[in-house]
Amino acid sequence: MKNFIKKTAGFILIFTLLVLSVNFNSCSKKEKSGPSLSGDEAERVYVAPGKWDEFYYFISGGFSGQLAAYGIPSGRLLRVIPVFSLNPENGYGFTEETKPMLNTSYGFIPWDDSHHTELSQTDGIPDGRWAFINGNNTPRVARIDLKTFRTVEIIEIPNSAGNHSSPFITPGTEYIVAGTRFSVPVENRDVPISTYKENFRGTISFIKVDKDKGDMSISFQLITPPYDYDLSHAGKGPSYGWFFFSCYNSEQANTLLEVNASQKDKDYIMAVNWKKIEEYVSQNKGTMMTSKYAHNVFDESTQTARSEMLTSTRTFKPEDIPGAIYYIPCPKSPHGADVDPTGKYIVGGGKLATVIPVFAFDKIKAAIESNQADGNVEGIPVLKYDACLAGEVKNPGLGPLHTEFDDKGFAYTSAFISSEIVKWNVETREVVDRMPVYYSVGHLTIPGGDSRKPWGKYLLSMNKMTKDRYLPTGPELTQSAQLIDISGDKMKLLSDFPTIGEPHYAQGIPADLVTKNQLKIYKIEDNKNPFAIKSINDARAVREGNVVHIYLAATRSHFTPDNIEGVKLGDTVYFHMTNLEQDWDIPHGFAVMGNQNSEMLVMPGETCTLKWYPDRAGIYPIYCTDFCSALHQEMQGYVRVSTKDSNVPISYSLGNDKK
Amino acid sequence: MEIHPFNFNLMKKSSRILILILVLSLIAVYFVPLWNISLEAPQYPEGLGMQIWLSKMTGDLNTINGLNHYIGMKTIQPDSIQELKYMPFIIGFIIMTGLIVFLFNKRTLLLSWIILIIITGIAGMYDFWLWEYDYGHNLDTTAAIIVPGMNYQPPLIGSKQLLNFTATSMPDTGGIIIFAVGITAVLILIYEYKFNKTQNVKN
Repeated sequence: MKNFIKKTAGFILIFTLLVLSVNFNSCSKKEKSGPSLSGDEAERVYVAPGKWDEFYYFISGGFSGQLAAYGIPSGRLLRVIPVFSLNPENGYGFTEETKPMLNTSYGFIPWDDSHHTELSQTDGIPDGRWAFINGNNTPRVARIDLKTFRTVEIIEIPNSAGNHSSPFITPGTEYIVAGTRFSVPVENRDVPISTYKENFRGTISFIKVDKDKGDMSISFQLITPPYDYDLSHAGKGPSYGWFFFSCYNSEQANTLLEVNASQKDKDYIMAVNWKKIEEYVSQNKGTMMTSKYAHNVFDESTQTARSEMLTSTRTFKPEDIPGAIYYIPCPKSPHGADVDPTGKYIVGGGKLATVIPVFAFDKIKAAIESNQADGNVEGIPVLKYDACLAGEVKNPGLGPLHTEFDDKGFAYTSAFISSEIVKWNVETREVVDRMPVYYSVGHLTIPGGDSRKPWGKYLLSMNKMTKDRYLPTGPELTQSAQLIDISGDKMKLLSDFPTIGEPHYAQGIPADLVTKNQLKIYKIEDNKNPFAIKSINDARAVREGNVVHIYLAATRSHFTPDNIEGVKLGDTVYFHMTNLEQDWDIPHGFAVMGNQNSEMLVMPGETCTLKWYPDRAGIYPIYCTDFCSALHQEMQGYVRVSTKDSNVPISYSLGNDKK
Repeated sequence: MEIHPFNFNLMKKSSRILILILVLSLIAVYFVPLWNISLEAPQYPEGLGMQIWLSKMTGDLNTINGLNHYIGMKTIQPDSIQELKYMPFIIGFIIMTGLIVFLFNKRTLLLSWIILIIITGIAGMYDFWLWEYDYGHNLDTTAAIIVPGMNYQPPLIGSKQLLNFTATSMPDTGGIIIFAVGITAVLILIYEYKFNKTQNVKN
């Protein structure tokens, strides 16, 4: 009996220990059941020191307001390009030359929410000249020059709110579109919010882009029913001349949209025949509507931005443009309206839908011609769903959002709720692969994935929730991007990396399409900034009433002049610094003590101006803030500020050379 | 008749044509750099260099002068370098005298011409060496970087490490043409003496 008890106790003990140890094992496993590593992932993403990545990915900063350039496959952050938000790191929005870029009809605005980026295309293929990005909060579109990675133009969109379905592009970069996510009265005026259905409108804007210089101007605006216009893409090939906008909230709710905009089984994709509307524009049709909106241009030869206020746009109501605008039903609160590389198919991503509808353009055309409509909305024909449909993708994951394409006839859709990417065949609508992503993917991007010729090697999944993916950084965590290999039949996860801000959408392009145009320095002889000096001998300080202009030359390793006297209290001082270096990667920075302003970073051959309003008499050091040379620590100077009634004359010197 | 190798004797037709070709190729020296000095350092993956031509200097002079001021080297001002003013005339003289050799076709003239080229070459290299010595040794005593006992004389021909830079001094296309012309002229002369004995007898 004693033995039996002992044995039983022993068994129970061992059994308990086993159970406990198994539990511990599965608890301590950090790995979720994800794709298994098959070996060469690390090699695929390793870009050795001194070597360059294959692709640039331009990833939107979301609530940071900027545009980030990453190298893929390494995932290295190359540069954060300031667009809509101030950047004290280099003086964007702080220097006198760049302040006008952030001007709007509401005044100077230091931030915006930049969701989507789009690269310029030639003949439907990304060409590496410009990147465009939208500002969601105070509706704007910005253009970035990819020779210099600088924001060179920002145009405000009037009669709009929530510029979301932007800045998508036509295959020849003829137009960039903007579209309102938030309907507001057009023109905006004081009305009760509950009069949404009567008074609020949506606005779709087509911005013309100059094919050589890239300059933007609003060609026309469509004043539409007050749906939320979410995303859009241009038709190409057979569907060239059309643009497709997804819209939700056809319920026209103005409160608790979470519930009220999710009631209907189908919302719409709006098809706009912009080619046809061009004819109306050339015939001067439509209504010129008064509005106030800013157009800001950074002139790269004078290195100065200029802001002008424009006052009217051409608008069309649906009844002005018969035959140019149609609604196609789409389940359910669709997000993406994506066009495949052949231009034959339009894919709607209904974020509350259980299928992905794929519409065929030839069927849409046939439905239009044979008038297969189910009524209309304010005169806009609503085509029959089945007449336009090529097929539905079944089992597409929960909450399909956005689709991009590869060069082998496959589509990849992001599913937010089930946190996965689903790969399906465009012609057969069969799901061929799925991959979980961590966590909750929003958009995904393939270089050229929304163009006529995708480069089907890498896919980047931009995820909305990070949780435990990286070392924690307090309650506020980064977002994450995951790099996936799509060159084979099955997708393979290669790596992931944290991103700035919140990337919504991105555009990838083979690196050499951008590197071949890169500017290394600004040629000093081409510098037409009105405050530039071309040689050390032109450096000086000059008083004009109670404004003092100090023209500084920056060379390794001193400012000329570096001792300035004669500034008085009550003066406004402008430091105009020209970096006279003509050598690669030798910027100089500038800061002055106590300045309610940022520093400025000046590239070789460039001139920038920083304003200073000293508030007390004394001696103020100035210094170079960017490590430029072995004697960078010695690159400093002093400015003497005297009292208001003093008669110290303006004088300036370097070494023993006093003026 | 005695056979005296230093009679004023005519040269073979092929030698004469070759001499013309040499003279004409010297004209190219006006259009290409004579000499190249290149500088390599870890932080300059793109390399730096300067080229000396007959009448000018090209290359990254601004950058090189900017870097040189740390060690107190004089700035290289092409406008104040006298050699750049008279080198075109020296080469012009050599071309003229070469034409005379071609026209009169005398072996002794060829010998004189070769001696002229050799003397010019040696004088040029010596002058270059002196210039390099001056710039490399006569440094500003208030310079920021002073390495005791260090001088920055670039090599005449070849490579030398100067602080973080590897300086390489080599003839460029023009310099190579002049060397080649000189050597070919010597070979022609040797050929004429060794193998052209029949002409000697005729005279």
